[in-house]
Amino acid sequence: MNASHLIGRCFAPKFLLAALAVVLPVTLQAGVTIRILGDSDVGAGGKWMRAVCQEWAKKTGNTLEYVNRPKDASDTLRQCQQNWAAHSPDVDVYMIDVIWPGIAAPHAVDLKKYYTDADLKQFFPRIVENNTVKGKLVSIPYFTDAGLLYYRTDLLKKYGYSDPPKTWEELAEMAKKIQDGERKDGKNDFQGFVFEGTASESITCNAVEWIYSFNGGSVIDPDGKVTINNPNAVKALDNAKSWIGTISPKDVTTYGEDDARNVWQQGNAAFMRNWPYAYSLGQASDSPIANKFDVSVLPKGGDSGKNAAALGGWNLMVASYSKNPDVAADLVKFLASPEIQKRHAVDISLLPTRPELYKDSEVIGKNPFFAKMLDVLNNAVSRPSTVTGSDYGQISAAIYQNANKVLNGGESGQDAVVNIERVGKQILQ
Amino acid sequence: MAKEIDLYARQKRLAWFLVTPAVFIVLLIVAYPLIQVVYTSFFRAKLDGSVEPKFVGLDNYANILADPDWWSAVRVTLLFTVFSVGIEAALGLGVALVANSKFKGRTLLRVAVLVPWAIPTVVSSQIWRWMFNQIYGVVNVIMVSLHIVPETDKIAWLAAPATALPVIIAVDVWKTTPFMSLLLLAGLQLIPKDLYEAASIDGAGPLKKFFSVTFPLVLPTLLVALIFRTLDALRVFDIFYVMVQGQAGLQTMAVYNQIQLILFGKSGYGSAVSVIILLIIMTFVVLYTRLSKTSFE
Repeated sequence: MNASHLIGRCFAPKFLLAALAVVLPVTLQAGVTIRILGDSDVGAGGKWMRAVCQEWAKKTGNTLEYVNRPKDASDTLRQCQQNWAAHSPDVDVYMIDVIWPGIAAPHAVDLKKYYTDADLKQFFPRIVENNTVKGKLVSIPYFTDAGLLYYRTDLLKKYGYSDPPKTWEELAEMAKKIQDGERKDGKNDFQGFVFEGTASESITCNAVEWIYSFNGGSVIDPDGKVTINNPNAVKALDNAKSWIGTISPKDVTTYGEDDARNVWQQGNAAFMRNWPYAYSLGQASDSPIANKFDVSVLPKGGDSGKNAAALGGWNLMVASYSKNPDVAADLVKFLASPEIQKRHAVDISLLPTRPELYKDSEVIGKNPFFAKMLDVLNNAVSRPSTVTGSDYGQISAAIYQNANKVLNGGESGQDAVVNIERVGKQILQ
Repeated sequence: MAKEIDLYARQKRLAWFLVTPAVFIVLLIVAYPLIQVVYTSFFRAKLDGSVEPKFVGLDNYANILADPDWWSAVRVTLLFTVFSVGIEAALGLGVALVANSKFKGRTLLRVAVLVPWAIPTVVSSQIWRWMFNQIYGVVNVIMVSLHIVPETDKIAWLAAPATALPVIIAVDVWKTTPFMSLLLLAGLQLIPKDLYEAASIDGAGPLKKFFSVTFPLVLPTLLVALIFRTLDALRVFDIFYVMVQGQAGLQTMAVYNQIQLILFGKSGYGSAVSVIILLIIMTFVVLYTRLSKTSFE
């Protein structure tokens, strides 16, 4: 590449930007078409987001086309990557998972120029940090997520328990007792504990929680050292294996989020590990378990273990291939604004990315469990995505295939950590 | 004489002129991508362009052939292909024979038979996935009410390869037998009726008629149908992907390819996988065309 090319590359965007600044007021008023790849129809998120996006369109005089993302996170990433590899201008705004900023960074507009430092301080600093790759603000936190333990308050009381389990051992014991009791009463399909065990990103989140809760580390530490091969991690995986066929159905290893929720919400499980979205659905007036359950932090792995919650959540990014990045950024600012986030929390119980909203009486009034969430979010454990960047897919696949295999009885926990370690070392070498 | 040559040359020119657009389109949509894939397969490259492509020769191929997951994918795909295509051909021929005979409601049967094939695979796979759910799946409910399995120990069909693979094959058979029977029905209808009349005069029974008239004459159609179905089955992706996601020991070649290429973003390695799959499929095509040539002659 010669010098004139370099100069051309550096100056062309600036020139375009200056030109854009001149015509911008006109283009903004003219109304353009913005396409957003938004939340899926699993749960209430998709419908809600679609309606709010249309509100924005009406308010600003632009046209909005809403595209549902696939229900599975891995599928969504594949769709995003296909668009990005093709430099496609078809989608302007993407809703991206908290683990993707490293992958998305080359394809994103730096959103810093649309926010002041004071604006950004109103978000959870950890998520903003997570979304910043080499100084570039890749995405704005839209809602956050953390793994929760759902438990049936009525059944705990019926079987003589006053508090949710503190450790996984306690959970197994309680789940067994409740399951046996309920089955004796003729509910043959009753399960002690359901969770997401299918070989996809879903079980990666669960496995990271199990391992961290047993003091087994976070698979790869932030310095890039692969830590998964340790006795505590093995213990965590073998412990999960012991649930299969005792307190969890054998085919829990094929369950995604909604498969687990289906069993839970029909009243057929004592405990469930899931994301916060299941809360408002479970409390809906037509739900058989409305007002019969509560949530808590996930149990520790033994008395010396830790409470762990996988950090989830979704962020909004503007693709650098968008033809109208400024208009697209306006949509992002709208969706992440305190007003919209508050409605998001009140309407469908999604967790705001602004700590101030956890003190809002209306938000807490609708979702009493949010009061506990600040603590859970402080305990959140990240999946090893920042350190692996665009190779995260490989380490996640290694975790989900091996964890799923352990649960299916295909290999021991020891074999699993060795296999995951090998992939981790390959990526980071 | 001179005029004749002139005419021939003009016709030849016209022929070239007429065929050029088609040749151009074939080059554009078949040859170019194919060459591009083969070319990429010699590089270490990422799909999102995050690393500079580096020429690695045959390294990608060597790594694939050394990967036990790849060989597991080959095994799963071949098992799936042999059983699903075999069962579909047998059942398809049966259904076609019934649909070809004259009886009341024949049209209704022909339409009804096509329903499974008309449902998008992703939708029907998801429905079957629910039907095979351990707790609320209808299959287990039926088996419990027939006292085949105890209510406390329902079968977790999709949780292990040993039960999941037969289930997936069964779903594919349910879905694709109509396609098979439709193709074979077309073949059966081409058989001249007078052959059967002649066979009857010669005193042939129904079995003799089937083996001496129907089967040899429907064989070319059957081979074409088998080629189609085998190629489809070797590329199978959707049924597996919906029903068992990324479960170890249940990946097909196409799922393996998709994971490497899209999820991991390894465009060089993924292209090499595509080339190997292409070679495997081509082997089957050559085998079948050899077979069909000998049977036609």
